[in-house]
Amino acid sequence: MKKFNRRTLLRGALQGIGVGVALPLLDCFLDTNGKAFAATGARLPVRFGTWIWGCGFIPELWVPTTTGRDYAMPEHLKPVEAYRDQLAILSGFDVKLDGVPNKPHVTGCLGLRTGVPVPNENVKAPTLDVLIGDQIGTATRFRSLELSTSGVQRSYSYRAAGSANPSEVSPLALYQRIFGEGFQDPNAMTFTPDTEVMVRQSVLSAVGDERRKLMKQVGAADRQRLNEYFTSLRQLEQQLALQLEPPAPVRGFVMPDAPPETSLDSEMGNVMENHKLMAGLLARALQCNQTQVFNVLLSDTASNLRRPGATTTHHTLTHEEPDDKVLGYQKDVAWFAQQSMLAWRDFLDAVSAIPEGDGTLLDNCLVLAHSDCSIAKSHAVEGIPIMIAGSGGGRVKTGFHLAGAADPITRVGLTVQQAMGVQVEKWGALSMETNRTVTDLLS
Amino acid sequence: MFTDYLRFPLIKSGAVCVGLLATLLSGCDRGQSGALEPDPVGGPTVMRRLTESQYRATIADIFGADIPVAARFERELRAEGLLAIGTGEAGVSPFSIEQYDAAARSVAAAVVSEEKRNSLLSCQPQDEAVFDGQCAARIIDDYGLLLFRRPLTEAEQEKYLGAAQQASEQLHSFYAGVKHALVGLLMAPDFLLRIERTNKSATDAGRQQLDAWSKASRLSYFLTNSTPDRELLRAAGAGELDTATGLQQQVERLIASPRFEAAVRAFFADMLQYDLFDDLAKDPSIYPAFNSQVAADAREQTLRTIVDHLITQQGDYRELFTTRKTFLTRPLGIVYRLPVVTRNGWEETEYPLGSHRAGIQSNIDFLALHSHPGRSSPTLRGLAIRDIFLCQEVPDPPANVNFAVVQDPSNQAMPTARDRLTAHRTEPSCAGCHKIMDPAGLTLENYDGLGSYRTHENGALIDSSGSLDGPQFDDVDGLAQALHDHPETPRCVVEKLYRFAVGRDTVWDERAYMDYLIARFVDSGYRVPELMRTIALSKNFFAIDPDSGHGVTTEHASAVTEKGVRS
Repeated sequence: MKKFNRRTLLRGALQGIGVGVALPLLDCFLDTNGKAFAATGARLPVRFGTWIWGCGFIPELWVPTTTGRDYAMPEHLKPVEAYRDQLAILSGFDVKLDGVPNKPHVTGCLGLRTGVPVPNENVKAPTLDVLIGDQIGTATRFRSLELSTSGVQRSYSYRAAGSANPSEVSPLALYQRIFGEGFQDPNAMTFTPDTEVMVRQSVLSAVGDERRKLMKQVGAADRQRLNEYFTSLRQLEQQLALQLEPPAPVRGFVMPDAPPETSLDSEMGNVMENHKLMAGLLARALQCNQTQVFNVLLSDTASNLRRPGATTTHHTLTHEEPDDKVLGYQKDVAWFAQQSMLAWRDFLDAVSAIPEGDGTLLDNCLVLAHSDCSIAKSHAVEGIPIMIAGSGGGRVKTGFHLAGAADPITRVGLTVQQAMGVQVEKWGALSMETNRTVTDLLS
Repeated sequence: MFTDYLRFPLIKSGAVCVGLLATLLSGCDRGQSGALEPDPVGGPTVMRRLTESQYRATIADIFGADIPVAARFERELRAEGLLAIGTGEAGVSPFSIEQYDAAARSVAAAVVSEEKRNSLLSCQPQDEAVFDGQCAARIIDDYGLLLFRRPLTEAEQEKYLGAAQQASEQLHSFYAGVKHALVGLLMAPDFLLRIERTNKSATDAGRQQLDAWSKASRLSYFLTNSTPDRELLRAAGAGELDTATGLQQQVERLIASPRFEAAVRAFFADMLQYDLFDDLAKDPSIYPAFNSQVAADAREQTLRTIVDHLITQQGDYRELFTTRKTFLTRPLGIVYRLPVVTRNGWEETEYPLGSHRAGIQSNIDFLALHSHPGRSSPTLRGLAIRDIFLCQEVPDPPANVNFAVVQDPSNQAMPTARDRLTAHRTEPSCAGCHKIMDPAGLTLENYDGLGSYRTHENGALIDSSGSLDGPQFDDVDGLAQALHDHPETPRCVVEKLYRFAVGRDTVWDERAYMDYLIARFVDSGYRVPELMRTIALSKNFFAIDPDSGHGVTTEHASAVTEKGVRS
């Protein structure tokens, strides 16, 4: 990414400002292999995202009975049958606690995402989406986008303890953040850099110049926090820098309509609606390269999903509902688990609805979908369900079910990071430390 | 509210009396315990992010209450039980920076707008299309001092003046230049973060002290939840905060000011965990009376009660748990099933005897917040009583609990929460903690998940008997008295208030200091404003232990002190 030098800028290097540059919209963006933009010669960008649903699964309704390619779709995965070839189902991988107290719904989720189980929310390492974002997501307008669809403003994306990236909870607010002020239509016919934006960027750059001086003035813990501040400030500077360059044209991009105001709570119907709207907006944002990294939280890990008029939430049900005597599992809990997979199908629908190259946007994504536990009733972190969707532009293989045989779940995180180009040979701590990738996934 | 407070005669009669009061306080009002402050211990310096309410109050105090702050603030971090401590641990995410930028631009644009510029900017250029360096420097120095809570260094003056000039020239407008320089000041870490600096030379019993500017910030955000005003900055620049009399004058002035109420509100909103209201949802088919207006009024009801009792009436803190005096609006009256005569707005009133309400723990903000979306929760309420009012930690539930014995609430075999919890408590791994949480919470079972009074659940009579560390009671009045009488009740508020003031957990060596604060609190008749005064005047409040990790001094600090305040 070309970085504007404030001083050269301000010396009046851009005197030609205000003169619009006409941008031809090319018919043919792809090379003969259908893989690259002919206009720029750049490859289609690869994207990474995570998709979390809370409170695990009903094993007998979710885990395929056989491994390999031709497994029979279990009841709760039936909604995603159409994506069989683009999905890898990973069962039986464990978070190993090594004696760390299991904070229900948190330790498993953060253990999977950081490689280090913690008894609270004070992560000891960045979550893998941040590590991958530092690799692939530094040239986009947003380093990452976080969305939560059940009214809960949190995320499980951490650069360090104390700084979870907050989630957008409202489709309308998400729309305004992406497609409101500062958004450039990639297919606009003319481009006129805005002097005001140039000034803003140079002012932020001047503020950023304080970094070295301030870092010397504070202690180690605060230095890390200041570092986060300056990293975030750089992202904003970069957003402005991007606005000063003509955007790369994107074939087939259509500006989405603003979504309606919706009810932002945990009632399942509202959640499904908000999730669908936000997934659609995210797909459009990915299409025109506003971000290459995202984190979606369908329901919080201690899921507060509920049905209208019910006194008990999904999470509470997992602990209080007796097993159905005929079915052998918790019937109402199963309903929420199934709804979660229907939402997952909606997500895949939204991403694959965008044509890209000779396939769809999904082909150029690697989405790591997971929960926080396997059996929520006992908060088990053994066998946390994982799915990988999309091949990350051909970087991973999909189309199979793999049983992890109680291997550390960090094998999945390590594999995904390597596939996304992170230079990491081993990952995780204590029993979770591993240098073994999941070879079935690697192309 | 605060005008009532100003009727308090000692305060009203101004500066002369302030001096007298100061003498009284230091001379003979040490109370029956005769507690003297132990040698200062101090802790690390803390780099604290402004909270949303502090950011908004700061902008309003510097530029005026009608200046828009057009941003969505990130959820604040709660650490060690307080958002105030989280401010010293939270990072700044890219989302937050985007939002700070939006806020800064909306503020700066309003400040230089045609209708505001003449009143808010201290000078005007000859020709607004041309940059006027002298005028811009005045504006930047003036607002730089207020925004950074200390004078700008020369390098900073140059930086922001340069930014103003370049922007002016590129945009052909003096005011655009000033606007962008203001955006820069508003985005700077020195504005968004309260970076505390120490004064190496001022030691007290082997401890360093904050420099005068950092003292002013600590005092101001603690006693007004906002930025130091010009008078406080003047006193800091003149070295007055380093003398006992000078400090006392400023503390009295801030406590007497109308802004003091905001500090008390900020503390209790933090202590009562009102940030959780952001996530609060109630099922509309079960609680049709709940809506966002009720939620907002419920918080305000309790805060008004607290402000009235603690500041206006100068009441005993413990009586917050027994008082029947309260404030209601019509939407609240529906939930409480009490008549409210006033059509719009607030009405001071009293819960009638026999209305089963007494104390802030029987208000619906507390009852609704610590419940599920579709039902009450004795466990959550019991936990909240322990955690919020008594500072007693209850561990997380064990992960591998078998809850299978607990049945669906519609199951008539276990119609009430007490039945379900009793079954639950047969599990030994659960019993330990539930014995601590449930007995207090079960007494509040007479309130449903929104806080409306009820006598039956699923057709069965609710047994509201309970206990709290000894005392047994049959109803909420008994719980109110038990909370009032509990020895941890005053101790807890003292600890929380001190941690709120310094933005960190107490350190081990501060035990004697905490005992001192508690003794003074008891002597004062459990008066919270007096406790805040004691903290603000104590040596420990500004003491920094240079060995405690964070704290680092700067050459910068003494450099700016010499320059003084130039506004």
